[in-house]
Amino acid sequence: MDNLMRTPLFQEHINAGGQMVDFGGWAMPLKYSGILEEVEAVRSRAGLFDVSHMGEITVAGPQALSWLDTILTNDIRKLADNQVMYAFMCYPHGGVVDDLLVYRHGLQKFLLVVNAANTQKDWDWLTQHKVPGVVLENISPDMGQLAVQGPLAEEILQKLTPYKLEDIGFFWFASPVEIAGIPALVSRTGYTGEDGFEIYCPAADSVRLWQEIMREGKPLGLLPCGLGARDTLRFEAGLPLYGHEISQEITPLEARLGLFVKLKKQADFIGKAALAALKEKGLPRLLAGLTLVEKGVPRAGYPVYNGEGQEVGYVTSGSFAPTINASVANALVAADCAQEGTNLWIGVRQRRLQARVTKLPFYKREAK
Amino acid sequence: MTGEKGLKFTKEHEWLRIEGNRVTVGITDFAQKKLGDIVYVELPELDEEFVEGDAFAVLESVKTAADVYAPVDGIVVEVNDLLEEEPALINTDPFGEGWIAVFEAEGDIDTSGLMDTAAYRQYAEEEE
Repeated sequence: MDNLMRTPLFQEHINAGGQMVDFGGWAMPLKYSGILEEVEAVRSRAGLFDVSHMGEITVAGPQALSWLDTILTNDIRKLADNQVMYAFMCYPHGGVVDDLLVYRHGLQKFLLVVNAANTQKDWDWLTQHKVPGVVLENISPDMGQLAVQGPLAEEILQKLTPYKLEDIGFFWFASPVEIAGIPALVSRTGYTGEDGFEIYCPAADSVRLWQEIMREGKPLGLLPCGLGARDTLRFEAGLPLYGHEISQEITPLEARLGLFVKLKKQADFIGKAALAALKEKGLPRLLAGLTLVEKGVPRAGYPVYNGEGQEVGYVTSGSFAPTINASVANALVAADCAQEGTNLWIGVRQRRLQARVTKLPFYKREAK
Repeated sequence: MTGEKGLKFTKEHEWLRIEGNRVTVGITDFAQKKLGDIVYVELPELDEEFVEGDAFAVLESVKTAADVYAPVDGIVVEVNDLLEEEPALINTDPFGEGWIAVFEAEGDIDTSGLMDTAAYRQYAEEEE
């Protein structure tokens, strides 16, 4: 644990009873009180996450927009100031370098928020493809990032700021916003399937911000939440995780994330030709949601079989999903096995357990 | 059947209660804390035969699966069926209601590789 990178909140996690694990080279809390309890807190009240390990890269300059348009799969020309968009960076063959959020400060200034374990790879990829008129900066070490998620997130955070948070719509942000006197960027985004905010602040202020949110949130039932709860929440809500649902070997189209791949946009982005060809030819495999009919817990990597006993794919993420009280999995399977209602079998160690293809996402919060 | 007194411990964080040739097996408080919320237990069948070191049960927590190993050569003579409906008993009462199975050993039980409570405490602390 000693050779791992630490966020500024490392000591806070220890103090709060966090069980620390190695996550992509970072010492991060897997859980505090318990994953089930933490998931329940986020679904019904609120949870606080340290996500300072995430990477932040700024893209500035007169060519920032037109260049990003050639790097990202989504149509970022449609982004307005203070708006956020989800997108992929793809390899020429259509596999994914990373999935990320793009924040538009202005026509010539963007912020990219990338996966912690991919930050260096993404930085190398971006600098390698950079053109004149674009200035890149990796500001990850200077940034703290916290996520407040859950139905009470707004009420809790509102106690710490004069800014009217209800004015920030889903996938919009405000900056700078003073939270407990700390200058921050606040976006209504998250990775849990609940309402909530992600807050970016100077790394040096993140401990105080954590403490202030804990202080205001605790009486309302907010819990500190670890990566275990975060993964369970995102999985239930149908949100992909790099290295599982998408990767260098799995295109966004196979992962059913074509909504974020704009093949009709004008810019010839990296991977466009390959992805268009794949779509034209028909996708050989597709992500399917599986609900276990028998008792057991599916895990990433387990094989999936059809009724004839032939291996037709594998589990990309699997878990007991506490919110719906069922064992469920995402699996990448042959396209003809992905229709809802299809019976498939998951190889859980020595046994083959029956599962049924079900609609994704497994969990969707009720609209307000 | 509660409390740690008189128990023996394995390096795999199992506790054993040895009475004649019968051995009751469970996992320690240290182990259940490391595993987290147990959501499913794959139990052995009655009369199933195992060789010492075989995985005879699987504990599934939200994030991981952990094998539980047979402490002796022998057969399973009792299974804690309560765990099928209430796997969390292993979290709430690991040394009592959370027991997993009882083995009947085939031969003499060799306890030389096992730890007593004090030795196990130290062992677990070092692993922390």
